[in-house]
Amino acid sequence: MKTILKTDDLHKVYRLGGFINRVRINALDKVNLHVQSDEPVIISLVGESGSGKTTLAKVMLRLIAPNDGQAIVNDQVVAGKGAKTDKKTFMSMVQPIFQNPFEAFSNYRTVDTYLLRTAMKVSGAKGAEAEDLVEEALVAVGMRYADVRGKYPNQFSGGELQRVSVARALIPKPSIIIADEPVSMIDASLRMNVINLFLKLKEGTRTSFLYITHDLATAYYISDYIAVMYRGTIVEFGNARAILSDPQHPYTQLLLGSVATMGQKWEEADIAMQDMEATEFVAEGCRFRHRCPLAEQICADVRPAATLLPDGREVYCHIVEREMERI
Amino acid sequence: MISLNELVATYTTVRGSVRAVDGVDLSIPEGNIVGIAGESGCGKTTLLKVIYGDLTYPLALEQGSVNYGFADGAGREVDSASIQAYWFQRISYIPQSSMSSLNPVIRIRKQFVDFLEPKANKDDTLDRVRQFIQQLDLPPEALDAYPHQLSGGMRQRMMVALATFFQPDIILADEPTTALDVVVQKGILLLLLKLQRQMGNTILFVSHDMGVHYQISHRMIIMYAAKVVEYGESPDVFSAPLHPYTRMLIESLPNIGDDHLRQGVSGRPPSLWDDLRGCRFAARCPLATELCRQEEPPLVEHRPNHFAACHYAGDVIPTLELPA
Ligand SMILES: Nc1ncnc2c1ncn2[C@@H]1O[C@H](COP(=O)(O)OP(=O)(O)OP(=O)(O)O)[C@@H](O)[C@H]1O
Ligand SMILES: Nc1ncnc2c1ncn2[C@@H]1O[C@H](COP(=O)(O)OP(=O)(O)OP(=O)(O)O)[C@@H](O)[C@H]1O
Ligand code: SF4
Ligand SMILES: [Mg+2]
Ligand SMILES: [Mg+2]
Repeated sequence: MKTILKTDDLHKVYRLGGFINRVRINALDKVNLHVQSDEPVIISLVGESGSGKTTLAKVMLRLIAPNDGQAIVNDQVVAGKGAKTDKKTFMSMVQPIFQNPFEAFSNYRTVDTYLLRTAMKVSGAKGAEAEDLVEEALVAVGMRYADVRGKYPNQFSGGELQRVSVARALIPKPSIIIADEPVSMIDASLRMNVINLFLKLKEGTRTSFLYITHDLATAYYISDYIAVMYRGTIVEFGNARAILSDPQHPYTQLLLGSVATMGQKWEEADIAMQDMEATEFVAEGCRFRHRCPLAEQICADVRPAATLLPDGREVYCHIVEREMERI
Repeated sequence: MISLNELVATYTTVRGSVRAVDGVDLSIPEGNIVGIAGESGCGKTTLLKVIYGDLTYPLALEQGSVNYGFADGAGREVDSASIQAYWFQRISYIPQSSMSSLNPVIRIRKQFVDFLEPKANKDDTLDRVRQFIQQLDLPPEALDAYPHQLSGGMRQRMMVALATFFQPDIILADEPTTALDVVVQKGILLLLLKLQRQMGNTILFVSHDMGVHYQISHRMIIMYAAKVVEYGESPDVFSAPLHPYTRMLIESLPNIGDDHLRQGVSGRPPSLWDDLRGCRFAARCPLATELCRQEEPPLVEHRPNHFAACHYAGDVIPTLELPA
């Protein structure tokens, strides 16, 4: 079977600050994911703000190198030992949609030049043919070439620019798109158009997606697999519907319990204060233990390993592991 | 009471000017949390900028005025030309993607003091800020940190702290939680709710997340293509939306555990550059008729305090069933 995505003990450390107040952030802390399939798949990556989702995406896009471990995308080693895919092949295979569209486009160049350049470079199209490719991609996201021609990024609203980013990624017809919060700035009605477009591309051009999002409802709607992250670690990974309708890790449960939904109002319970991020990032044991209602001594001492559940998911929690041993 | 009077705001570009807010006219009673939702690019951020009086080139207020419900020292009513003197003190603004607007190489405490009271005694202000942020569940040491040392949630709490420190009458918040995970989002929204209840200020709050609006807003403004298409008390807007676009906003989102296929609103929003005639939603509206394509529907009060700009909003429309 084809390896769509696989990481082996992937590790990435950021170092911050000067000599005195130096901090290390384990943005990816031994991350293990594996999705094998001959059919295209949509994998969602969700979790805490600052838990390492964008970092993981950047490693897979070869924008940053990991400190340790290996990553495979589409049967090719893209990071770590043995990585050597040539740049052009890589770009036609994997395309990014970046989290902040305002950072993805330079303010000194009009947006249409990016689109045309992508069309010409990756697809080899020229002139009118390139413009047709661009128009086709823009129409797919509810825009037209005339809307973007001659305009600079700061002349768009956030959601408009985000749709341009999606369009740009479609042009080379890649086999996998790594989409970092591609719809966060798009309103509900257009958001579903983009989400349905992803589903259509999965069936039609057989494109796989890594879909990074805070929107758990759309993650439920489109994904086959889901990985939940907390402070640089994976806490739960497996079948998306199974996990989202019956979360097992205490953090996944907290996450799903916090979604703002229509129909039932929140209680005004006090939300626990959060520790300074940097200190918790280097903690031993389970990263979630300070906030976990089930935490015991072992959670502080030993980092929980993956426990395999009967439905194929992996949960990184001591309590879940003990429950599983019992049955 | 904040009054928005016939506001028309335009951006100047090399291709000509574009009306990003086109005839917004409504009033907001004091002490409300007002949610603003709508199409991306429909003018929500522009509307907040106009209300904040942040009118710098290429943005200009071409027509209309804003009244804030308070007067200056000489007894003249403050409007969008004079509101700048009251920034932070009586009106504050949390801009879209504000988390990255903190300067990364300057400690938080310095940014705070410079922002708030450039002329005042620094130690004194700092003491008050320290006390204040503790009420917001922020550790006082957080003030000594650089922005990158704080999590996204803490940085956003700092922005909330900055915006609420003087207990301003009006707070404008542009998607303050979109970049955050839902646990942190909930914490910040409950914090904002608590502060609002204590201070009684008016908050205008932009979000794409209708669930968020359901949770915190008292009133809703729905915008489409530079116009307000619906305005009313939140329970009414959510249970009996009058405008077809609002209805679609509420119905198009999937729910966790629900396996039905969802359609977005097909078609595309009109370009503000086009010559716009009739109802701007007509091209995507299932109810659209020839009348809609020819004549622009005005914003009309169809029920008490519930306005909509749709030719058919007065007709009986079935109420929505929200999940329990
Ligand atoms: N270039 C960098 N230098 C130092 N620290 C960084 C850098 N980029 C990210 N970090 C830190 O690494 C951690 C992981 O960041 P990352 O952007 O991968 O998180 P994320 O899961 O994408 O968050 P979000 O949901 O907010 O987008 C965070 O604590 C962040 O502050
Ligand atoms: N500096 C600018 N120059 C020209 N046009 C602009 C400029 N800024 C915004 N616009 C246009 O004005 C319109 C309204 O933009 P605005 O940012 O207010 O939208 P928004 O409703 O906040 O959208 P979003 O939900 O995507 O943030 C858009 O069509 C946008 O393209
Ligand atoms: S490992 Fe322990 S602390 Fe971590 S989530 Fe499980 S029970 Fe809680
Ligand atoms: Mg990210
Ligand atoms: Mg905006």
